[in-house]
Amino acid sequence: MHEMGIANSVLESVRIEARRFPGRHIYKVGVRIGELSGVDPDAMRFCFEALVRDTDLEPLALEVDYRPRRHECRSCGRSFAPRSGDWMCPHCGAAESQFIEGDELELAYLEVEDGARSAGA
Amino acid sequence: MERVALERKVLNENARIAAELRARFAEHHILCLNLISSPGSGKTSLLERTLESFSQDERVAVLTGDLQTENDAMRLRRFGFPVKQITTGGTCHLDARMIERALDGWSLEQMDLLLIENVGNLVCPSSYDLGEAAKIVLFSVAEGEDKPLKYPSIFFKAELVVLNKIDLLPYVPFDMATAVENARQIHSGVEIVCVSCQTREGLNEWLRWLSAKRQANKTVAASST
Repeated sequence: MHEMGIANSVLESVRIEARRFPGRHIYKVGVRIGELSGVDPDAMRFCFEALVRDTDLEPLALEVDYRPRRHECRSCGRSFAPRSGDWMCPHCGAAESQFIEGDELELAYLEVEDGARSAGA
Repeated sequence: MERVALERKVLNENARIAAELRARFAEHHILCLNLISSPGSGKTSLLERTLESFSQDERVAVLTGDLQTENDAMRLRRFGFPVKQITTGGTCHLDARMIERALDGWSLEQMDLLLIENVGNLVCPSSYDLGEAAKIVLFSVAEGEDKPLKYPSIFFKAELVVLNKIDLLPYVPFDMATAVENARQIHSGVEIVCVSCQTREGLNEWLRWLSAKRQANKTVAASST
């Protein structure tokens, strides 16, 4: 299980980003996880919560934007989610398609408290 | 609440080091391959057969990863090429930093093929770029033909599938056609070679793939200089 290390990388990034927002709490981090990323969203949530608990990062939520595998048809150019092993375009029936999405492991966004809190608050 | 877009990789630091490694490999015209499989599929055996096929003037080096022990490095050193063991302690995969550290003290000028044997694990190594030119996934007939469906990430990312232990086919319920179909369900058009590191059946096909890959790397290197 490498989700612990990956959750830790997310938190390291949150800590680094936090320096850009002195005195403001970060409440949420959005992460994009593709079907083919090799990362399990549930294990990721579990590890994330365990790492955040009882730290100064609390409260900090994780929002997972799960991205199923998507292909783009080489013939009509429209995109679709292939069912396992079925590469045929559901729009035009063409056989050739290209992988376009579904292996992401990306930090998408942070939700940061508005305005500045007074020092020491 | 203010939403701030970040838009970068979670494993940003790993990606940065992997990019540096890739640039160093390109500068020295080194082909780097990352071998990934479950424990016991035959990564070390495939490397043994590969190293024994090389003449002593081949400029090849091996990094081999495990949680504990120097066993694999000891097996591979018999062939006379530089081999370094990376023991991760408890970590279930190699990352780019471990490769960077392991290369310390090796002269990249003396190398044109670097083979990395990852920690035995079909899941975690698929998330970590090591700066390699290609990932290679191995599985063996004793593991069952549904491995590609159960572990799609690595089968999707690998450029070559090596199916090992085909000498066991008479003794295990394994359907070759289904296995190939399963691999191509995840990664259409992926190359597949079937070998036995025991009987050496099929190894020539693997060595041909490797040789073609090295040749292509040299061609790219020559055209970029």
